[in-house]
Amino acid sequence: MSNNVNDWLNDHGDYLYRFALARLKDTHQAEDAVQETMLAAIKNNSFEGDSSIRTWLTGILKHKIIDMQRKLIREQPVSDIIDLDASNESMDDFFDKTGHWLDKPQSFDMPDHALEQSQFLSVLDACMQKLPKKLKAIFMLRDVHEMENENICKELDITPTNAWVMLYRARMGLRKCLELHWVKG
Amino acid sequence: MLTCQQASQLISQSLDHPLSWYELMQLRLHLMMCGACNRFRKQLNVLLVGLRKIRTNIENDSAIQLPLDAKTRIVEKLKSNQHSQ
Repeated sequence: MSNNVNDWLNDHGDYLYRFALARLKDTHQAEDAVQETMLAAIKNNSFEGDSSIRTWLTGILKHKIIDMQRKLIREQPVSDIIDLDASNESMDDFFDKTGHWLDKPQSFDMPDHALEQSQFLSVLDACMQKLPKKLKAIFMLRDVHEMENENICKELDITPTNAWVMLYRARMGLRKCLELHWVKG
Repeated sequence: MLTCQQASQLISQSLDHPLSWYELMQLRLHLMMCGACNRFRKQLNVLLVGLRKIRTNIENDSAIQLPLDAKTRIVEKLKSNQHSQ
């Protein structure tokens, strides 16, 4: 058994780590997610030969990633939650009282050129890191992990309204951040 | 008639679930006349494409590896866990 796990770690550890890092954007969290996956894998060895080991491990990892985001969201201070429920106040930042844009959205595009594109992506990445933790967690699940909205509500135990408000705020903030920091070369 | 604020909310929601027929009609009408909200919609699309790209770039970057110390730690953890069982 233990030999198996060592093999799994050697064969799939890097892959699982990249998979987790791409969704958690935090090296320590990604390492923990791989560890938890391995522990779960030996604990209830439910592997059946009809899928590859990698697919099986990735399936476990997906759940671990959701667990970690859920924990992050639960750990947020109550004030954050209150802030979200009384959300209309802060959502008006981008609009005047009559619902018109305060600053009209500017057009930007993802560059085709490799160097420019990687600059664009690093700005986007930096903007994402700046999101408040809770918004970032749900946003990552939806727009990076591409988890279904319905499942997010179920897993995180939040209402659909709460979910869309958070996603809306995260997206609003991100595209504004890009407008401010992405200057075409 | 939708305000830009309402339109932007519907545009965001349309990424998560299908809008009702009525919402869709209202939104289409608004977008026919509003350049700013059209650009907003485009911005969100660019955002999503960019995020996907960042994700796949990490997934496919073989230079990113589970750090050795983390690997060692995990192996230790697995061992101690097995002994305690």
